[in-house]
Amino acid sequence: MSLHPSQDLSVWLAAALTLCIFSFLYKDNPFYRFAENLFVGVSAGYYLVLNFWTVLVANLWDPLVTSLDGRHGSPLAARLGDYRAFLVLPALLGVLLFSRFVPRLNWLARWPLAVIIGVYAGLKTTGFAQGDFVAQVQGSIQPLWTGNWGTSLSACIFTVGLLVTLLFFYFSREHKGALGVASKAGMYFLMISFGAGYGYTVMSRISLLIGRFQFLLHDWLGLR
Amino acid sequence: MRLFEGLARLDRRWIFAVTGLLVLIPLLWPLNLPLSSSPPVRAYHAAIAAVPDGSHVLVSCDFDPAAKPELEPMARSTLRQLLAKRCKVVVVVLYQGGARLVGQIVREVAAERHAVYGTDIVDLGYKAGNEAVMVLMGQSLPNTFPRDQDGLDVRTLPIMRGVRNYSSFPLLVSLSTGYPGTKEYVQQVQGRFHIPIVAGVTAVTAPTMYPYLQTGQLRGLLGGMAGAAEYERLLDERGPASRGMDAQSLAHVFVALCIVLGNLAQWGRRRGDGA
Repeated sequence: MSLHPSQDLSVWLAAALTLCIFSFLYKDNPFYRFAENLFVGVSAGYYLVLNFWTVLVANLWDPLVTSLDGRHGSPLAARLGDYRAFLVLPALLGVLLFSRFVPRLNWLARWPLAVIIGVYAGLKTTGFAQGDFVAQVQGSIQPLWTGNWGTSLSACIFTVGLLVTLLFFYFSREHKGALGVASKAGMYFLMISFGAGYGYTVMSRISLLIGRFQFLLHDWLGLR
Repeated sequence: MRLFEGLARLDRRWIFAVTGLLVLIPLLWPLNLPLSSSPPVRAYHAAIAAVPDGSHVLVSCDFDPAAKPELEPMARSTLRQLLAKRCKVVVVVLYQGGARLVGQIVREVAAERHAVYGTDIVDLGYKAGNEAVMVLMGQSLPNTFPRDQDGLDVRTLPIMRGVRNYSSFPLLVSLSTGYPGTKEYVQQVQGRFHIPIVAGVTAVTAPTMYPYLQTGQLRGLLGGMAGAAEYERLLDERGPASRGMDAQSLAHVFVALCIVLGNLAQWGRRRGDGA
């Protein structure tokens, strides 16, 4: 195993900032606070610029300029789908969002908000109904005997787990007697699912640590 | 009893130090612990293998550098498997902040597989709009992404000939870290346009994807670094995910041990309080 440190200044900078962040594991210190504040500032600036170039320029300015320059025929029926002058309308609605800063005109901001909420409520409702509600209810109705002991047992556990977990969230009656037993069983099923979720979360966080160590060892120090 | 008190008072920095060492040592000296592939990963691999050679495949890479250790290996392996089948790969990004990373992955894998940009593979870049973009792609992909990442008119690219909407693709691969991602593709696209979907997600979001896998809304699933490593194993690759799995396994054993010891310490303390 030999060392081949990177010649790239940006890699050295990234490695130094990684070590600054790791130093917090020992205790809070000025190096950590410097890296943290730098990250917050750079992120805010980066996403501001990114939004400008990938949302405003790409989705509004460029299509509008192209549609109105007259080289693609009528502004409302240009060659490409995005070169349409009707983008003036969403642009206007976007500008109206800023009317919140003017107390006398702040009611105008309700119009674009109404459009945003209306569109997303519609998309989310139909999406949830199609993708989650109907399909999941359909998927929950399973034959308990499939001709195979293994899959049949799995289907039985699934059905019992589904029913007792649903009963756990039934609050119109005190959880006593049979309902108490069922809801307690439901709680155990929930705890198992929380445990699985926790295990996956640990895996995700350790993966991030592995990613950083791989960067330090291979990209920065060049260990081979 | 003194042991339990010692455990309860243990400085948590010791736990950080041991976790760090358990991750670092296997990265320096690999243990090559055994790794087998699970049914969701085999299903992911099989769904891609079942795509007719030479057909178009839509790959939505909705992640940013924060999810790089988990999703980059999946993206690279997926592109390699698709290009090996001579599939025409159309890559889109709906997650802000991911376009540059995804562009770099596409360029490197294309160069490695001698794929011609614009003919074998294309990167259409990022488009803001989340679910609205997903629905728009169902009407017209070229209208939703009129230009690629480099600003080229997509209608002039050979790979986009005949590509209209989701009906042009026998499979959609969704690699995602959060919103918008696989969940939104299932809700907005699978239910409405009935296109088969396979997904690769971060480990944090993997448990929420299993119901979709069970109902067949997802044909296959890669969950976190373990899923990526199992997939690499199926492709006979030894990538970054496989190399990280020894560290992952040791760290998990240590976390489980900490949970057991923590519970024992708490039990001992309660017993001591009772006495």
